[in-house]
Amino acid sequence: MSTMTMAAALNAGLRAALESDEHVLIMGEDVGRLGGVFRVTDGLQKDFGESRVMDTPLAESAIVGTAVGLAFRGYRPIVEIQFDGFVYPAYDQIVSQVAKLHHRTAGRTRMPIVIRIPFGGGIGAIEHHSESPEAQFAMTAGLKVLSCSDPHDAYWMVRQAVASDDPVVLMEPKRRYWDAGEVDTDTTTLGLWSSQVRRSGRDVTLVAYGPMVRTCLEAAEAAQEDGRELEVIDLRTLSPLDLGPVVESVRRTGRVVVVHEASRTLGLGAEVAARLGEECFFSLEAPVERVTGYDLPYPPSRAEDDFLPGIDRILDAVDRTMAI
Amino acid sequence: MSTPIPDRIDAEEPFVQLLTPAGERVTHPDFAYGGDLDDIRGLYRDLVLARRIDTEAFALQRHGELGLWPPSLGQEAAQIGSGRALRPQDFAFPSYREHGVAWCRGIDPVQLLGMFRGSEMSGWDAAEHGYGPPSIVIGAQVLHATGYAMGLQLDGVVGTGDAERDAAVIAYFGDGATSQGDTNEAFDWAAVHHAPVVFFCQNNQYAISAPVARQSRVPIVRRAEGFGFRGLRVDGNDVLACHAVTSAALQVARGGGGPVLVEAVTYRMGAHTTSDDPSRYRDASEVEAWRAKDPLDRVRRHLEAQGTASSFFEGLDTEAEALGTRLREVCRALPEPVLADQFDRVFVETPPDLVAHREEHLAFRASFEEVVA
Repeated sequence: MSTMTMAAALNAGLRAALESDEHVLIMGEDVGRLGGVFRVTDGLQKDFGESRVMDTPLAESAIVGTAVGLAFRGYRPIVEIQFDGFVYPAYDQIVSQVAKLHHRTAGRTRMPIVIRIPFGGGIGAIEHHSESPEAQFAMTAGLKVLSCSDPHDAYWMVRQAVASDDPVVLMEPKRRYWDAGEVDTDTTTLGLWSSQVRRSGRDVTLVAYGPMVRTCLEAAEAAQEDGRELEVIDLRTLSPLDLGPVVESVRRTGRVVVVHEASRTLGLGAEVAARLGEECFFSLEAPVERVTGYDLPYPPSRAEDDFLPGIDRILDAVDRTMAI
Repeated sequence: MSTPIPDRIDAEEPFVQLLTPAGERVTHPDFAYGGDLDDIRGLYRDLVLARRIDTEAFALQRHGELGLWPPSLGQEAAQIGSGRALRPQDFAFPSYREHGVAWCRGIDPVQLLGMFRGSEMSGWDAAEHGYGPPSIVIGAQVLHATGYAMGLQLDGVVGTGDAERDAAVIAYFGDGATSQGDTNEAFDWAAVHHAPVVFFCQNNQYAISAPVARQSRVPIVRRAEGFGFRGLRVDGNDVLACHAVTSAALQVARGGGGPVLVEAVTYRMGAHTTSDDPSRYRDASEVEAWRAKDPLDRVRRHLEAQGTASSFFEGLDTEAEALGTRLREVCRALPEPVLADQFDRVFVETPPDLVAHREEHLAFRASFEEVVA
């Protein structure tokens, strides 16, 4: 066990992946000499060489498109998209190629590509640097989408994603890169495709992922002072969803609040609410509440605190579910 | 077929220079600066004020007043030289570092600050100034410039011979952007449509940490020929050459001659942005070598050698100081953004769902005011 930041944990996970399989490559803008703008790949080019940790030309479509070709040749590329808002030039390659090639080749060709995307707001950034496009990938058949919420999970998620033979989009909560936590690099109890109860409670179920897990845990702490027990579930995997623990929880609490930074309409919360309606309708004591970003393009950063879900908005939603 | 195409070395590729780093005018067979000494003093004033805007904004970021700033230090000649070649009816599509071009387009430098402070989105009316919003997504604006140029063709304001009417577009982008699909698609599209657009590439040698050799095997100017239009390479630290070459390129475009690529060879003296640490990827000696080619120093040397009175420079210092002071004061007093104001800016006709989101936000805010009361 050691204490490290999420950025350092991802770095350690990438290092372990490079060590474990010589077919693992890292590609992206500024990932080599600079070590990435968030330093997630710091030192990796120095230790593994320029042929395995590649500074690419400034071309996101090409970063993903050439990763597809490398995968055809048997490599396992890990590509970094520098910021969430820069992924769209690569969207065609991700949606039409990465997601579909296994199916298009009748299951013969594998695309073991990991697309790492620092996402979300809360860091005071300028436009295109604070977006939450995860639903656009989660809704794409053929992609698996993950989001880590603490350093231990980040370390193992990146390692396990690289080992997966399916393409994985890993949404990394950039505002949590500098959060420190205990990481056990020897073993983990968690696989990739399961959600996890982060805190137990009997009154209301909070469902979150990525950056909002910490916010929900803080909300649960605050609610405890008012005598309310909130259960917090970290989805971890956004596609496929693992709603078993959520359904089990809602059968006990009867009340649920889904929290994400992304805009509300057709966000992950919509899918969670629909599935809960299907699977535990008669256990619900109140409508599923969603606390999300508004249906706005990301606002100027000095107004982002009003845009992003915070403890007060979450507790307001808890109040609403408990008022029924 | 067995003979490989030799590497084209960037440093050996010739460029147009009309004013040496020592401040001496030199001639070029194809390009000449048409202005007189008064005009050069005007350009020097622009250079000094553009640098002051940049250094002041950099300082404001360091004092916590801006969230981020992309310094234009070292690139002033490329920006002022090209910006002053534009006519009022022309249109410029910038990237995010063209503070000097914004100055030339009559944009109050205060309006540059809001976006980087996080208090505003783009701060000016694009149509009013003939100057688009900053494009942070690399290369996207190069296609926009091409489309705008097609609009000029459709409007019949290209190649009429009327200098007051004929118009062109200029697209600003960097060496990194030349790797993007959008940029290359714009090159091809403009060539095919014969669109009146000048592709102005400020090759400042770096895309964050990636040197230009990571983007191109040949000098960028050579890309043009393959797409079917002319490429011009200019000393990007020479304001006279930048003005002369861009003026000529714009004149080709306005006259119906189709697109032209200008590669302005310059250097990003500062960091990519205030969040960047260039010491991780380049040597100080490289920066020092470029410092000797400073775009302002050479003009000052020339003006002094030509007998410009010291009172001119002193007056300019005073003007720059006043501009800096005003920027500081106005920046600190910029109004804080209100999220509620954002909802009406997403669509021309705001849909009911979004109105409901706004109401929800306002009700949430109001719930705090009730508690306080």
